[in-house]
Amino acid sequence: MATILPLRNDPLPCLRPAALSAPLYRLPLLLQRIPAGFPSPADEYAESALDLNTYLVRNKTATFFFRVMGDSMTGANIHDGDLLVVDRSIEPRHGHIVLAVINNEYTVKRLHRLNGVIELHAENPAYPPICFQEHDELRVWGVVTGAVSRFAV
Amino acid sequence: MGCGDRRGIALCGIAMPASGTAASQRIFALVDVNNFYVSCERVFNPTLENRPVVVLSNNDGCAVARSNEVKALGVKMGAPWFQLSALAKQHGIVALSSNYALYADMSCRVVSILREYSPNVEVYSIDESFLSLNGLSNLWPSFASMGQSMRQRVWQWTGLPVCVGIGPSKTLAKLANHIAKKNSRFNGVCDLAAMNPAELDALLATIEVGEVWGVGRRIEAHLQAAGIRTVKDLRDAPSPWLRSRFGVVMERTGNELRGISCLGLEEVAPPKKQIIASRSFGQPVHALPELSEAVVSHVSRAAEKLRGQNGVCNAIHVFIHTNPFREQDPQYSNSIVIPLPNASADTRLLVRTALFGLKKIYKPGYAYKKAGVMLMGINDAQAAQGLLLLEHGAGQRSEGLMKAMDALNRRYGRQAVSVFASAAPKSWAMRRENISPCYTTRWGDVPVARAC
Repeated sequence: MATILPLRNDPLPCLRPAALSAPLYRLPLLLQRIPAGFPSPADEYAESALDLNTYLVRNKTATFFFRVMGDSMTGANIHDGDLLVVDRSIEPRHGHIVLAVINNEYTVKRLHRLNGVIELHAENPAYPPICFQEHDELRVWGVVTGAVSRFAV
Repeated sequence: MGCGDRRGIALCGIAMPASGTAASQRIFALVDVNNFYVSCERVFNPTLENRPVVVLSNNDGCAVARSNEVKALGVKMGAPWFQLSALAKQHGIVALSSNYALYADMSCRVVSILREYSPNVEVYSIDESFLSLNGLSNLWPSFASMGQSMRQRVWQWTGLPVCVGIGPSKTLAKLANHIAKKNSRFNGVCDLAAMNPAELDALLATIEVGEVWGVGRRIEAHLQAAGIRTVKDLRDAPSPWLRSRFGVVMERTGNELRGISCLGLEEVAPPKKQIIASRSFGQPVHALPELSEAVVSHVSRAAEKLRGQNGVCNAIHVFIHTNPFREQDPQYSNSIVIPLPNASADTRLLVRTALFGLKKIYKPGYAYKKAGVMLMGINDAQAAQGLLLLEHGAGQRSEGLMKAMDALNRRYGRQAVSVFASAAPKSWAMRRENISPCYTTRWGDVPVARAC
């Protein structure tokens, strides 16, 4: 018959219920890193750098870019080669510069809509306005909210 | 007492599970862009308006998107383009190559509009999203008016036409979307949850059972043989019978059609267990250097995806084969799996390994049609086991380099920085002969506004 030997000869330490006796400490969650060196005095004034997107684009989802070709809008400071910022979410109103679909092409013009008369005006005396009759349909693709130029350097 | 301290901290931070919504209160919408690829092309090209237009698959193989005009000519989804050439000439069908960059950008725009309507959106595919409308009914006079608002806003902001289907289960929302598309009287929005039972019965009795989500062509034939021809038949079939004849999946579909929601929204796609990158060549490839170049490009793409999901892989599978449809040519296909020395997401190690495998299986004298790789044994990068020995393609230096490479490629375009690049023209590249400009993702491709 086998004998089971005790592992240790010294008496077992007195056991206490662990969970009840263990004191609970609530520690605050540290949300900030603790710097080891001298803190930078500029930290509290940190801001993210300026981003032209936030200046030019109000509604990113509805904004598209187009490239300008031609000089009919120079009076509105829109030049050949400029980048147009076009926002589709804006309802076109009288006086807005709009991107319209004319003869299956995208055309940039200023929208005139007064007393039931609808016209598209260029901003260059060399180009006559485009007039719309009563049953004509004018398709406005979007409203131009900005133009960006880059200069050769 | 140190033990006690730790236990105390661990207790703070147990989150209460969000209480589940009763199944009966669930309500879903499926928003789907009509003829998505063709509609994207039309936004930037007014000459495509009112003309028959198809968009072709990779290598300009077959029609994967059709305008309504093309559908009216009887062209089926997936029709091979070479079979359509006579019809195309006769009716002036415009065929465009797939412009994935454009479609992906437009898809993101649609999804970001939909997220303004519901906090819970499942992007089901590039042109379809499920929305949970639970708890939103007080915000709108009716769900149909909410659907009309979505339709109007997506149309105005992006120029894309969508249809909205609403129902108490995903299957019914999908069916409602189909109904909205086919019946102009719904004006693009169909809410099956608000329809009176008699009208619903009459409508479901007119729709073939094959239109139900998850009922494929083969199962449709079996259902019809069992006397189930319409959606109404399937809805009214006894549940135990469906289960014994067609299995639990069909039983679940029956429940969904009765308005008992069994499928929840899957908002986050689970990380992939395998990543495959492969493609058919535009024209057959014979030589090892060209084949290698294709494999390198596939590995690079797959590795980028792997790092995107914060994963590492343990093995790489390389495969090549000739064109089985050219029976006159000698045929060869082979593949090999090579385990990595340690888990890695380093493009350099993966490329080296894949090329080693390619050399093992390559045989000269064949016209190869396809090459590809599969990354296998994917784990979370954090959970990867470390090695006592020197690791290859792992550790901080490797991670840093890969991060920098991915950032550069995101900023300056695909393949701005790549491993093992070659300046030779890619004769194996995908054939895309009539691709439209990337109007929204490349400065050089933005559309022209005439001021003249």
